[in-house]
This record gives sequence, C-alpha cells and structure tokens, in this order.
Amino acid sequence: MLPAVTDIDAALAHPEWQVNEKAGEGNISKHVRLEFGDVDGALAAADHVVEGDYWYEGSTHAPLEPHCCVAEFDATGLLTVWSSTQVAHYLHRDLAKVLNLPTQRVRVIQPVVGGGFGGKSEPFSLEFAAAKLSMVTGRPVKILYTREEVFYAHRGRHPMRLRYRTGMNADGMIAGTDALVQLDGGAYSSFGLVTTYYSGQLLTAPYALPAYRFDSTRLFTNKPACGPKRGHGSVQPRFAFECQLDKLSERAGIDPIDVRRRNFIGERTKTVNGMRVTSNGFLECLDAVERESGWAGKFRRMPYGRGIGVAGSMYISGTNYCIYPNEMPQSAVQLRLDRSGRATVMSGCSDIGQGVESVLAYIVCEELGLDLRDVRVVAGDTDLTPVDLGAYSSRETFMVGNACLDAARHLRIKIAQTLAERWGVSPGEIVLADGVACATSDPAQFAISVKEAFQRAEARHGTLGSVGWYQSPKLGGEYRGGTIGASPAYSFTAHVAEVDCDPETGFVAVKHIWVAHDCGRALNPVTVEGQMEGSAYMGFGEALLETQRYKDAAPGHAFGLHQGPSLLDYRMPTSLDTPELHALIVESVDPEGPYGAKEAGEGPLHPSIPAIANAIYDALGVRCDALPFDPPSVARLLRGGDARANWERARAQVGGPR
Amino acid sequence: MLTLPVFAWSRPKTVDEAMRVLAASPGECLIVAGGTDAVPNLKHRLHEPKRLVHLGGIEELRGIRVTDAGLEVGALVTLTELAAHPYVREHYAGVADAAEHVASPQIRNMGTVGGNLCLDTRCTYYNQTFFWREALGFCLKKDGTRCHVVPQGKRCVAAHSSDVAPVWIALGAQVEIATPGADGASGAVTRRLLPVEAFFVGDGVHNNVLVPGELVTRVLVPASSLGVRTAYRKLRPRAAIDFPMLSVAVAARGDASRIEALRVVVSALGAKPRTLGGLDAIAVGKPHDAALAEAVGAVAFKQCHPLSNVPYDTDWRHDMVPVFVKRAAPGALGVDA
Repeated sequence: MLPAVTDIDAALAHPEWQVNEKAGEGNISKHVRLEFGDVDGALAAADHVVEGDYWYEGSTHAPLEPHCCVAEFDATGLLTVWSSTQVAHYLHRDLAKVLNLPTQRVRVIQPVVGGGFGGKSEPFSLEFAAAKLSMVTGRPVKILYTREEVFYAHRGRHPMRLRYRTGMNADGMIAGTDALVQLDGGAYSSFGLVTTYYSGQLLTAPYALPAYRFDSTRLFTNKPACGPKRGHGSVQPRFAFECQLDKLSERAGIDPIDVRRRNFIGERTKTVNGMRVTSNGFLECLDAVERESGWAGKFRRMPYGRGIGVAGSMYISGTNYCIYPNEMPQSAVQLRLDRSGRATVMSGCSDIGQGVESVLAYIVCEELGLDLRDVRVVAGDTDLTPVDLGAYSSRETFMVGNACLDAARHLRIKIAQTLAERWGVSPGEIVLADGVACATSDPAQFAISVKEAFQRAEARHGTLGSVGWYQSPKLGGEYRGGTIGASPAYSFTAHVAEVDCDPETGFVAVKHIWVAHDCGRALNPVTVEGQMEGSAYMGFGEALLETQRYKDAAPGHAFGLHQGPSLLDYRMPTSLDTPELHALIVESVDPEGPYGAKEAGEGPLHPSIPAIANAIYDALGVRCDALPFDPPSVARLLRGGDARANWERARAQVGGPR
Repeated sequence: MLTLPVFAWSRPKTVDEAMRVLAASPGECLIVAGGTDAVPNLKHRLHEPKRLVHLGGIEELRGIRVTDAGLEVGALVTLTELAAHPYVREHYAGVADAAEHVASPQIRNMGTVGGNLCLDTRCTYYNQTFFWREALGFCLKKDGTRCHVVPQGKRCVAAHSSDVAPVWIALGAQVEIATPGADGASGAVTRRLLPVEAFFVGDGVHNNVLVPGELVTRVLVPASSLGVRTAYRKLRPRAAIDFPMLSVAVAARGDASRIEALRVVVSALGAKPRTLGGLDAIAVGKPHDAALAEAVGAVAFKQCHPLSNVPYDTDWRHDMVPVFVKRAAPGALGVDA
C-alpha cells in the first residue's frame, strides 16, 4: 500500500505515490500555463512590485438538503431517476452510458432542490447505485446521503496555494501580473480541467492587465474530490489579486477605490486573454459602494480595531463550453398557449432555489401580456422538456431566458399578425399587456382580452406552440484553452466591507458588506438582491469561519480523516454572526442578455473575501493572506509583527484630513 | 441518513415510577428529557441503551420555586424558562446568562436544567459517527481502549461542556439526586444532596457521580448565596449553536472597591470544571483594579490547560483563559465590563 498523499507538497514531492492512475505524470491532474504580453519586462519596469503567497482554504457547499435520489426501473425497461441534481441532462447522458441503456429509455426528473451551489453539478455514485439496484431488484430504490457522506462526496471549492507578483506604476496603473497557482484537487478529476483554467482565465477584468501570465497545476491527493463551488475556480485567485491591489495602492499612495477606477478595462472591449466584454457597469459599482459605505470618511480614519476595505471582480454569464462538444442548442424551450388563456413553458432548466422557473414565467408574461398566475412552468424532466444544460456557470437566466424570449416572441408575432389582419392595422401597433391585447392607434375601438386574442390566433393558425433556443456565439481567444472562460457577457461586482476587530482576542466581526453588482438588468430585483446577499454571506463565511480540514499526522493516528464532517463542527455563520448586507443593483443593460440581463448568482461572492482582508488591514495593520481569518490566526498575526506601526504608517500616508 | 437504534421506551409519571423502570434494567437505560444531546448521540451510536426513559411526564420535576431555603429549580425546567425567570435574572444573572448561551432558541426550548447538568462530555474523537470512529479506531470513551487526545493516556479527557454548571459551582449550588433503595426496585427511594462541584468527577467516560438507577431531580441554590453576584463568559467561534471552547464563571461578594469573596470556575478544558485555587490570598479584601485582574488572570493561565479534545487552536485557547477571566470578573463585581 502506498503512503497517503494529503497535501500539495506531498503530491509534488512524491510522484511515485500515485493517487490516481489517470494522472499523466505523478500526481498532476492538469497543468496550464498561459502568457499574454511580456510579463517579465513589465514587472522589471514597474515602479512598485508586490510579491506574496496566499492560501485559500477549501470549503464545502453545505446545501441544507443532502444529495438524494429515487430510481425505478419498470417492467417496460424504462429507468426513471428522481434526483436532487442541478444537471438533469448530464445525469441523463451518464446514466445511459454507465448502465448501458439507450438514452431514450432513461428519464431524469429533478424535483424541487434544497440548494446546490455547484455541489450537485455532476452525477454522483448514489444515482448509479440506486438505478442499478432497481434494475437488479425490480423495486424502487431510494438513497439519501448523510451529511457526512455529503462531505466525502464533496466537489467543493479547491484549496489553492497562490503566489502572485503584480507590478504597478507610480500613477496607479497595473503593469503586469505573474501568478503561480497550485490546486489541491482531491482524488478525482471532477471538473478539474475547467477549474485549472478558471484559476487563471477569469482574472483579466474588470481591470486592464497589460501583461499577464498564469501557471496553474491541479494535483491529486487522497482526499474527497474538489470541484465547482459558486464562483468556480476564480474566487481564490481573486482573493490573492485584490489583496495585492490593496498593497500596491498603499505603496503608490493612492486610494484603493481610485486605483480600481484608473485601471477600469471599459466596455465593448477585449481582455488581454481574448475575452470579449460587452456591457460593463463596474465604475457604477465602485461609485455605489463608495457612496453607500461612507468610504471617504472611514478609510484610514477610524480608531484602531475598526476598518474598511474594498475589492472588485468579474464573472461569466454562462460558459461557452459544453462538457461534450456538439453543435446543438445549449438551451431550448417549448411554449404552448391555448384557448383557456394559459401559457405553458417547458424547459429542461434546473431550478435549485435561484428562481429560474419564475424568470421564464416573467418573460412569457412580458411578451404575451399574461398575469403571472396564468403561466405554468414545467421544468427539470427529461421526458417532458427540451434540453437545457443545467444550473451551473451562472447560465440559466441568460441562456434559458434567451431561449424563452425567442419562443415567446414567435407566438407574440403570430398573435399580433392575427389581430392586425382583423383590425386592419399594422402588426407593430399591437400591444399585449396587463391581460389586454390592443392596437395603439385606437385602443378604444381595438381592444380585447389576451385570452380572446389567443382564441383568434388559434382559429387563424391552428394549435399554438413554439420553440425557442439559445446557442452562444463563437467566442474566446485563438489559443489552446482560449474558449474556457469565454462567455457571451460578464457581470461585475464591487464590495466594501466594514469590520470591528478585537485586538486582544483576534475576533473579527464584519459589521457591514455593501455589495454592488452589475447584473445587466434585474428581471426580478428581489431575487437578484437575494443572490447578492447570499453570495456575500457565503464569501464572508469562507473568509472567517469555514474550515474544510483533515486531521493531520501529528497525533499519528488521524491522518487524512476529515476533522468534523457535520454542520456542528463545520461552522457556517449563523444569523447572529452575519453582517448587515446592503445589496446595490447596477443595471448596465447588456446587448446579449434577455432584456439586458446578465448573471447574479456567483459573481457577487468573489470580492467578499479580499474586501474583508483589506478591511482587517485598515483596522489592525495586519495582512490576512491565508484563510480563514479566524481569531487564532489573526491573534498570531498581531503577535508576530509590527501591526500597530503598519497601521500608523498607512494612516499617515492616506488618512490625513481632507 | 443517520438512523436511531432500536430501543424500548418508557414514559413514567412519577419519580418513583421512573426509579422502578431504571431499577428493572440496571445499566441498560438512557434517561432523556429534552433529547437535544441524547438524540444526536444515539444516531452516532455513542449510547446504545436497551431502553429510553423519558422524564417528560413527571410533573414534580417541573417548575422554579423560591422558598426560605433558597431557589429550587426542577430538573425538567427548560433552559429558556431558567433564562427568563425574573427571580433568577434579578439575583443570579450569571445563571440566566449562561443558560442563554446554550446553543440556539429551539434547543433551549427543549433542553433542560437536568440534561444540561448531565451533558455528556465532548471530544473531537468521540462526537463523530460510528463510521468515522471505526475508521480512526475507537477510543477509550466508547468501544475502544486508547485515547487519541493524550497518547498513552489512561483516563478519558473529553471536555465538560455544560454552560450552566460552572455558574452553579461558582455559586455553591447543590444538586438533588434520587437514589434507589438498598434492594433496588422494591426499596424506598431516597434523595441525597451534594454540591454541584462534587457532582463532577475527572473521568470523561462518565464525568459525574451518578450510578445506574439514579436520577437528578433538582438544583438548589441556598438562600445564603443571595448577595453573591455571578457572571459568565463563553468562548465560541459563532454567536450561537457552538459548545464552549472555553467557559468562565465568576461569583463574587463585595464590589469593585473591596472584594469580599471571589470564586472563578473555568471549563471546557477536561472532564470536569476547574475551580481556581489560591484566589482568596490574592483577592479578598482588595479592590478590583488592573493589577488584581492581571494577577487573577495569571493564576487562571497557570492552572488551566486546554487540550486538543476541543477542535480549536489549543495554544490560543490557553491564551484566552486570562482574557476571559478578566472580562468576566467585572460583571460579578457590579462594574460594567
């Protein structure tokens, strides 16, 4: 038996202790090195260069509902699997492949899911096991993971060790960045190829990086496999980079919000790694958090122990990259209307609590003038709905929303044509709104209910139905891996966090997080705010509390065992610990999204961690470069250096009276 | 999902009936009141009783009474009731405060004073599923022979984790225990009283003096303790849910200008709460000033030794002992911390 490999160092030092025989070499799961521009030249010429090591502790998703599935193989040879998955389509494919069944004899139904956060975005052993047991026994089989099994199934956020070197010129402009990233992947690949790319590819906005290099290596270790968690692969590098920007701002003697403004990449542009940026509301995000937080009166101006910090980020609105390359739509919708005045939307989308089913209903209502209660959404059933790739990479509102808009507009045109013919007006004059169909030229004469309008259209065209679909345009850089990180639109976020620290104990209380997010357009502001608050909360929990740790070898007998696979020992913040969260929606109205919408589910998490780290520096004069910022760690930092002197110096530099 | 083991169930209506049930299967019963600790422990197979004896039907164990003798708190009084009781809040603020520090509102609504006193000790190598413990190798508290916290240790060091007990001890409270008659089921039940401090023993496998068949019925705070002020401080990573990483109870007579008596109890270290020794010489007759606070903190640091039974940085917890003692003391001397 080989010795256990439980961390990055052991995985690198002992290629002969191979964890996964699929590794091409030693314990290397994936290696990516990409360089854009002359990084070494840019750093050599920069006025200030900051170099540092950062550690991002991994984390679990912790949805309240553990993974669960029921499988039934019936007498006709149809396998039906009900699963708390967020990717019904991929599960459908893999069940057929693994169990050697024709895909048309497999049906996957995704019921209401109690949270996913990326943790249910690939098929798990329970689905195959339940299906196989049902095939063998002819009886329905149910498997529900314990919380401990959820921790072992994992696919959580990768621990990453990051070494960053960033240069800045005296005017506050970023010169270049050099990143060396090592990912602790656990024992299997999961989506590790994508994670490895994302750990570099998603750093190139909202700031223009004139030169950028990343070298990322994912390693296999004898631990539960890591995978995608909210902000897949890009939360960890964002932490390191935004902390570096804070340090460089201090070196350059420029307010860190101003530094971020100066380096704004702009809209309708391309990043250094070839990603097309359409709308970009990042400056409005910075303005919003600066104004709402009272930044100018607080930064470097509060008493010792209290502090404020800023960070920014970008994220994708859906990936261009399907896990199996094909030319078919990424998302499709079927829509039907009938004489009862009701619309039914059928979509393979996965509602995991984010509310995508309601988004489809809003779109149909907007296009056809219906009351929300008169739209039914049938989703997450591979027998009843056309394919959608699932709830991951923040793609649902953007992609299935566009598909739904496409379908609804086809029917809207048919109805408008029908009424225009009857009333002798042009189709462009027909409006469907608030349950009424009318002609704008003479609404007093030409107005009927939308129900009657449906009936007239059904009489004119026959049974009313349409399909709509979305396929993203070809995007990305012209190099190997250049499509990974490419998205039809990017969201942008800025956070300001305010902390109140106890220098005697090391306890950090986050009092406020102002989170401004450019979501393109908020189709439902309440659910967008919910995503922003939930993201900020989740990032805050990872920053201060969550510890996905394994017992170390020190006592000699708990090597590699999870420290506490339960929600008592894996501590997530309670409502009492949670700061006041201020969600500030910014709408840039993207040309590619449905009504201008972009994503809101993952982007708003990213700046949480660095904004808190930067706020702790403002409060205490210590740099938290390793997660989590728990009291023992902060206390150690306070004991270890000249915290107070750093704090005084930083204040003297930026904090004089204005 | 984690399942409960199979067990028989009794719900006696009186203490005598409970004692008969307990006597009928000696050593094979688990006494349950609120169940907030027992149920997860059953799911983890930390207890494997043949029978659960649920005390919920015993009316005489309910209620808080104030008599000439002092405060009587029934074992079935919930932590919510204890924390909200006006007399307790007025005279024993530290007791109410400690009760309010337990877990969460839902758990305090179910959890009882008796259950809190008898709370099983906790350890990172013990409060895990059967699967986890089996993977590691069982420990001497349950199913095994070795200690994972103190290699070669012969005695279990699982941590006493009750929030309220340290305050009871600091106050000099007593616990009333129903004891079976000499010949078990048929003998007359008697009640014995002993100081809460003497209730606990330094063995984490079973950290109190109860023998099978015995039952905690009440906690009594003698009237002589009126005038003693109490305060409680709890170290926990989160503002709710967590068991203590360290807990400090202080009871004092006098005020900031002159301390007449001072007791400090520190827990969540080992199997029983530790009452600091040597404080009388330092504190009695002295004013509460910075030098005294330092001196008491130094005694606490020297006498208290956190272990890795609690899964949180041990050195830091040690550093926090004097800090939390210093922070608790002013509350017991009527000064704002």
